[in-house]
This record gives sequence, structure tokens and C-alpha cells, in this order.
Amino acid sequence: MGNVPNAVKHCLSYENLMGESFRLPSSFQEKKWPEVHKFPDFVKIVEVGPRDGLQNEKEMVPTEIKIQLIDMLSQTGLSVIEATSFVSSKWVVQMADHNEVLTGINKSPHVRYPVLTPNIQGFQAAVEAGAAEVAVFGSASETFSRKNINCSVEESMQRFEQVICAARQACIPVRGYVSCALGCPYEGQVHPAQVTKVAKRLHELGCYEVSLGDTTGMGTAGSMAAMLRAVMAEVPIHALAVHCHDTYGQALANILTALQMGVSVVDSSVAGLGGCPYAEGASGNVSTEDVVYMLHGLGIQTGVDLAKVIEAGDFICRALKRPTNSKVSQATSRVIDMQAFSVLAE
Amino acid sequence: QVSLSGLKPLPEKVKIVEVGPRDGLQNEKTIVPADVKIRLIDMLSEAGLPVIEATSFVSPKWVPQMADQEEVMRGIHRKPGVSYPVLTPNLKGYRAAVKAGAMEVAIFGAASELFSKRNINCSVEESLQRFEEVMSAAREEKVPVRGYVSCVLGCPYEGSVSPSRVAEVAQRLYSMGCYEVSLGDTVGMGTPGGMAAMLEAVMREVPVHALAVHCHDTYGQALANILVALQNGVSVVDASVAGLGGCPYAQGASGNVATEDVVYMLHGLSIHTGVDLPKLMDAGSYICRSLNRRTSSKVAQASCKL
Repeated sequence: MGNVPNAVKHCLSYENLMGESFRLPSSFQEKKWPEVHKFPDFVKIVEVGPRDGLQNEKEMVPTEIKIQLIDMLSQTGLSVIEATSFVSSKWVVQMADHNEVLTGINKSPHVRYPVLTPNIQGFQAAVEAGAAEVAVFGSASETFSRKNINCSVEESMQRFEQVICAARQACIPVRGYVSCALGCPYEGQVHPAQVTKVAKRLHELGCYEVSLGDTTGMGTAGSMAAMLRAVMAEVPIHALAVHCHDTYGQALANILTALQMGVSVVDSSVAGLGGCPYAEGASGNVSTEDVVYMLHGLGIQTGVDLAKVIEAGDFICRALKRPTNSKVSQATSRVIDMQAFSVLAE
Repeated sequence: QVSLSGLKPLPEKVKIVEVGPRDGLQNEKTIVPADVKIRLIDMLSEAGLPVIEATSFVSPKWVPQMADQEEVMRGIHRKPGVSYPVLTPNLKGYRAAVKAGAMEVAIFGAASELFSKRNINCSVEESLQRFEEVMSAAREEKVPVRGYVSCVLGCPYEGSVSPSRVAEVAQRLYSMGCYEVSLGDTVGMGTPGGMAAMLEAVMREVPVHALAVHCHDTYGQALANILVALQNGVSVVDASVAGLGGCPYAQGASGNVATEDVVYMLHGLSIHTGVDLPKLMDAGSYICRSLNRRTSSKVAQASCKL
């Protein structure tokens, strides 16, 4: 394949897909879903741009810009906006201003602002700064857990149990994330049973919702359906969300598949902020604008004003001095004849 | 609200119709010389694609990129089992195409009147009459003809397009003798619900095995739209290597869906395409270097085949 940068060499998963070795689990014979008769009437969008998005952007963003972004997003109709992360600034410099951001934003009464809390110290600092909801991040892959947070999956669950107990006492809801749900940059394919184990554990520990993340973006409609079928057998569907990356352009097709299986919570990032740390130059998070466009086109309500999200996206891209990753945004900013695109306003 | 109960099991095989060398290059600003086009087509043949749209026999006055149509047709190495259809907007183009060795041709209708008038300067009915001439000649010479319908999920001038109108035009092309009709989301504004509704209408008039989808990714919806098309029984998908061919209606925005990204999805669904993805990506890198542009394929970007 020629010279492959180090970041991509770590991607065993990418090698798997290049050959014909990638195959769906043998149980996935039918290649037919959906499991439900119609799409959900309403899909809740969880906006992760200010945290997951910015965390993976190279450019350092000043606090006031982060605050302005979140304030703009608060006016779009989004009901959940992940605001920041109470992780040590030693590890994630972009999130060093977590206190100022959380105390500085103009909190809308219709919006929740969860923050990441990897451990009990982070949780306590978050509560002190006024957090009313937190999130913890598990992994379906052992290697990813060790490389990303320096401990095994089991050790991380014990850490999260502490956070969840403390949160329960403080009546603070906790959202769980499972990384590598459709593949791992180190281990390659991830069996749906591994994802199920972690998702179930997080749910049983007390997470009200578990977001299943295609961390490398390598998942396809086939692996999404197989994984969801396994997880849904152990975790109620209303408690599941999907967090798709668009690194291989598969995100919207994967999200569509999840909707067809009955999932009604979708994570996304304004302007598709947040590149992929495992493939330099490649994209990461799926764009909120593109997701909302698809959902509205399907007649699914989101409560979100697409034009306002596009504006927020334009704002942050100008601040980051980078073009948007959202195709909807690219298309609408340059359209020559507006008449055809009046449907966007619907 | 879109019902999901009518969806079928996915096809086991999908035929990819590679439109990069024609539809792709036609919409690229940089003119590439004939030898580059020939090399691209040869690389695509090696990548296992069963159908590669090679060029267009339209007047070079309108489409300078396709001025070297004869040279390209004569220069390509034809792999056995692979077809190399060419566009023929009228009888004159058809004759020139056959003379240059074309063994399959394609004609383009539109589901929107305004689009037809602005794009080819005549009404939909007039265009169908022009095509009838091509069809007659092709029938006599036993040359297969593929039909295209533009604006199936929306028009840059008219806005929304009714599924029944699309069905009408598709049915005309099919009954005229087109062996296959490719339904094109010309501005990329379609979403899966619209795709399903449109296909439902068309499938009442044209059998699904004779249908193809030609999705644009201008709004990022292409793969989701293709997935729904597959779930409705479609098993022929048009795509363009490296996502060549921007959208002429939204400057700087993307157009054709990238073949690499489509193949990645299909292989991930265990659907057979016959395409060798690494070789396809090599063809994509080659043409992007020649055009001095970045690929629009996310799979290629992720694999650093920029």
C-alpha cells in the first residue's frame, strides 16, 4: 500500500478490511433487518462537538469560543450538549478549562450539559463546578482500554462503579459509552459478545443510557446490525444510543441501520468536529447537520433547527480556521440556485 | 412516515457501474489528456469493475473534456467480460460512437421539465423523441442501450419531483428498449424516505432487476440512500472512483458518490461485487494526482490514498 504513516500502521482493522478476510459473524445469515415496522417518530440527538469534537482538534480553542459555541448550540433545539471533560489537563490539554466552561455557559432550561468524568476525582470536580449529568467511557477492547486509559476493562469498570455510586447519591444521572463497538484500531474485529458484556455491565451499574461507539469508523451496516442484535438481547433498546464515526464514510448508513433496528438516540458533532486520531487527516465524528438532514428527510422529528446548527458550525470552523466536514453545510453555503433547497427549511 | 415492513433481504451480488471516466471527469474543471483517461480506464478494468462508462459522444463545443472521445475509445484495452458504454445524446453521437467501436450506449432523460430545458435545451418529450431515433438504430445493430433519469429525488430548479413523474419517464425509457434504467439523484438532496417512495412508484412500471441507482453525495446521503435501494431489491449501483465529479449546482460541493466507499459498504455487508478495493484505490490515487486534487473518497482518505 506504499508508505503508511505510523498512526495508520496501528490500525489492524484497516488491514482486515483491505483483504477479503472481513466477514460477518456466521449467525448473521439472513442479511435482513429491520426489527421494527417503522422508524421512531422522534430521535434525540446528543451533541458531542464541544467535547468529543474539540478534544480531537489540533488547534487550541480559547475558553470564550467554547462557551460561545455551546451557547449557540443551546439555541438550536438540541436537548443534550456534551460540554466538557473533567479529565486531567496533563492528558487532554484542550479540556483544561473545564471549570471555566461549565460555569461560563448560559445554561438553557431545555438543555442538559453532561460532562465526562473518568474517575471519582473528576466526578467531584465536575459536581463542584455545577455538573448535573456525567458520562463514563468503557471499551469493548482490552488493548484499546490499556492504550487509551492505561488500565484493563475490568479495572475501568471498578473506577466507574465508584463514580456511579457517588452520582446515585447525588441524584446525578450517568451516561455510559462503549468504545470500539464495531472494531478496534489495535485488535481489529470486535465480537458483538464483547460489546454486549460491557454495555450490559454499564447499564446494570446504573447508566441510564449506553452509547455504542464505532471509534474507528470501520463499521458497516452489516456489522452494526449484528452488534445491535446482540446488545439488544441484554440491554433495553430505549437505553441504547449509537455514536458513529464517518472515517470510512459509513456513518449515515450505519445510523440508518440502527434506526431500523429501533434505536432512537444518535450522537453527532457539529460540523463533524474531531478528526480520527488513528488515521491522520481522516475524518472522525459524523456531522450533526448531515444527520439532522437525513432524519428530517425521513419525517423523523428532532426538535433541531438545522439552519441554526449550520450557523454554529460555521462559527466554530472560522474560529478553528478549518473547513467544515458537513456536506450539508458545504452544499448550502455554495448553492447557486436556492429554490431547490427550500426543503431544508422544512 | 416511512414503513419498514416491505423491505427485502439484501442482494447477494451487486453490479457496480463505474462512471468516473465519463460523469466524473466531465464535471471536473481540469482537462486531462487522452492518455491519462485511457490509463485510468485500464486501471479500473484491472480493479474488477464489470461496467466502465468510458466517454461521451457529445459535441466538444458543449463538453470540452470529452473532445477526445474517439481517441479514448480506440486507446483503451478492453478486458473480456467488461462493458464500456458511452453516452450518445442523439443519432449523430450514436453513429460516431459505433464508428469508434462502441458496443453499448447510454441516453439521458430527466424527470423535470425545467431541468431538461436548461440542460439539453428541449422538453422531456422532445428528448424522448430524439432518443427514439437512437433506440431504433441501436435495435437494428443489436447495440444495448442504458437509460438514465435525472432529478429523481429533486431538481435544482423545480425543487421536489413527484415519484409518479419519475416512474413515467423510467417506464418510457424501458419500453423504448433500454435494458436498464439508472435513477439519478442529480443534486444529492434525496434522503432514504424519498428514495423508498420513488422506488416504490417506479417498480410498479419497471421490473427491479432493470433498475439502478445513481446517487450523489452532495448532502452526504448517498450511502444511506443506496442501502435503502438495496433493501428494496435494487442490485445495480453507479459510482465514481475517488468521488470524481463535483456538483455543478453547488460550487465546491461534492457530487458523485465514491466507488471505494460504496464497495467498502457492500463488502462489509458480505455482498459480492468482484471489485478489488486496493486496486480501485490505486486507480483513484492515480487520477487524483493527474487532476491535482484530493480524493473525495473517505475510505481512500482513511487509508492515506489522498
